[in-house]
Amino acid sequence: MVNVNGKNGARSLIQARNLDKIYTRGEEEIHCLSGLNLDVEKGEFIAFMGPSGSGKTTLLNLLGGLDKPTRGSIVANDIEITSLSENMLAQWRAENVGFVFQMYNLLPVLTAYQNVEIPLLLTSLSKKEREEHIMAALELTNIVDRKDHYPSQLSGGQQQRVSIARAIVSNPLFLLCDEPTGDLDRKSGDEVMTLLKNLSEQLNITVLMVTHDPKAAEAADTILHLEKGVLIEGKTVK
Amino acid sequence: MKYLFLLKANIKRKKIRTFLTLGSYFAAFLLFGLLAAIQSAFHQGVDVAGANRLVVANKTSLIMPLPLSYKEKIAQISGGKNVTFASWFGGYYQDPKNFFAQMAVDSETYFDVYKEFKVDKNQFLNFLKDRQGCVIGKKTAEKYGFKIGDRIPIIASIWGGVWEFNLRAIYTGTKPEDDLTQFLFHASYLEERRAWGKGMVGWYIVETKSPDLTYSVSKEIDRKFSNSSYETKTDTEKAFALGFVKQIGNIELIILSIGAIVFVTLLLVTSNTMEISVRERSGEIAVLKTIGFSDKLLYFLTISESLFYSLSGGLLGMLTAKLFTLKGDPTGGFLPAFYVSSNQFALGMFLIIFFGFLSGALPAYRVYKLKIVDALGRI
Ligand SMILES: Nc1ncnc2c1ncn2[C@@H]1O[C@H](COP(=O)(O)OP(=O)(O)OP(=O)(O)O)[C@@H](O)[C@H]1O
Ligand SMILES: [Mg+2]
Repeated sequence: MVNVNGKNGARSLIQARNLDKIYTRGEEEIHCLSGLNLDVEKGEFIAFMGPSGSGKTTLLNLLGGLDKPTRGSIVANDIEITSLSENMLAQWRAENVGFVFQMYNLLPVLTAYQNVEIPLLLTSLSKKEREEHIMAALELTNIVDRKDHYPSQLSGGQQQRVSIARAIVSNPLFLLCDEPTGDLDRKSGDEVMTLLKNLSEQLNITVLMVTHDPKAAEAADTILHLEKGVLIEGKTVK
Repeated sequence: MKYLFLLKANIKRKKIRTFLTLGSYFAAFLLFGLLAAIQSAFHQGVDVAGANRLVVANKTSLIMPLPLSYKEKIAQISGGKNVTFASWFGGYYQDPKNFFAQMAVDSETYFDVYKEFKVDKNQFLNFLKDRQGCVIGKKTAEKYGFKIGDRIPIIASIWGGVWEFNLRAIYTGTKPEDDLTQFLFHASYLEERRAWGKGMVGWYIVETKSPDLTYSVSKEIDRKFSNSSYETKTDTEKAFALGFVKQIGNIELIILSIGAIVFVTLLLVTSNTMEISVRERSGEIAVLKTIGFSDKLLYFLTISESLFYSLSGGLLGMLTAKLFTLKGDPTGGFLPAFYVSSNQFALGMFLIIFFGFLSGALPAYRVYKLKIVDALGRI
């Protein structure tokens, strides 16, 4: 179950409590998140929606350990990540989080295969073992035939599938996707959503996704709206 | 090195830029190598100077002679070991622009004092036996194709006429900086043939028993001949050679400063290129950080890239300079010791690594400090 009231949670994979995020721009203070609570169990597929500037990306950044909250705590798999040092956070991210961005963010100088290899460089896997993981991920995302292509030689949908392969290749605890279909046409967007849904259902991967697109959000089990700095439950499919 | 493909991809990213960066390092260190060789050439005398050799010259001027009779008197001074003398001959072979030093020397003792010059024993005996014999350094012999037994005519600008010599021996050196261009012959032959200046020599060279004695022995020599009509000025060979260097010092300074400016400019260019290249990549670096690459690892990768440029371009430049100097003096006589010494090569290597680090340090620090949230916002 997903929960946004700050209760429950003993069994939660991710547990965010009383998150505040205040940006200061000069004299001005922007209260982006205020007292946000979230509990996510393993295998959930959640879509975050909300108007532009409501703090969706900010929330993903906090959950992914890319930024720290002004107040509050985030516990992921029993680790309090808000108290980790920069260095430990980097290591924690490498082991626990897969990121998928709107603009794919593949390294243009590397082939699809090499892009997927990047997260594995931080593990102690041998070249052979890395190859097995990479091929498995490319198969799951159905892009094996393009493995030696460079990003510039791939369509947006294909690039996004490579980027999803990169996100899942190291078996992370959860995926964070920030508008993964935001830059794609309907057809490619649908394919990507189907892929994420399959990963969630068949492999029980936990997915937290930000989207503006109601149709994309339908693929999720739960839709949460971000309004005035807190999450509000929308419809639940399951 | 599993990160190697990342490095390779970055190097291939912009081929022209990579080529220009490598080219800058290449040019900078080619220049460094050539300047080092020029410096060697200018300082040849200073570098080869024996620590325990003294040069005794006429106090008034180096070109004024000293009496031959001083040899015995100098030999009596305690602390001295060997005494020899030499006189400038000042001629040329066939054409005035073919210049190499010709000196009339005290043939029996000259090589006892200049131990770094090696002569075959039999050749040397033949030289001693031949009144018109001469010994030539290997470089000059090779340059003009002189062979043992050749008869070499030297046109004597000072003494007049053509003097013929028989090449009896060729000397070699022990260190690369040893001057292998000299043409040496018997002082007795000069004495016999010249019409004036008889009984005089150019300068004396004294080898002391140890380097510590040079000061006291030089003082003693100058004291002994003070108030005579030929007063002496005795200096260590090093000080003597430095005197020469000072006279040509301005030219050296000009060459070296121009070179240094170009050298530093080229390196500034490479550093700036590295900086630009990293700035362009800040989005990618943020992605790598997001994935979990630590600040330290990315710092290290950036420095490695910079070191790659400096090492491959710089080494190639140094090796090219070395190769160029192996052919010897490019000026045909002005710079007899034109070479890159192993010390200079080591300094070059140090600079290559140093500048590799230096030009990578600032960009790498930028990479280290880059904040994911800031940079991702800029994609
Ligand atoms: N680094 C920052 N410094 C200052 N203010 C920021 C910073 N990042 C975000 N903000 C502000 O915080 C608010 C939330 O931004 P955020 O990017 O999280 O919104 P979002 O919901 O992802 O919007 P969008 O749908 O347009 O992507 C915005 O008002 C934004 O201007
Ligand atoms: Mg956003």
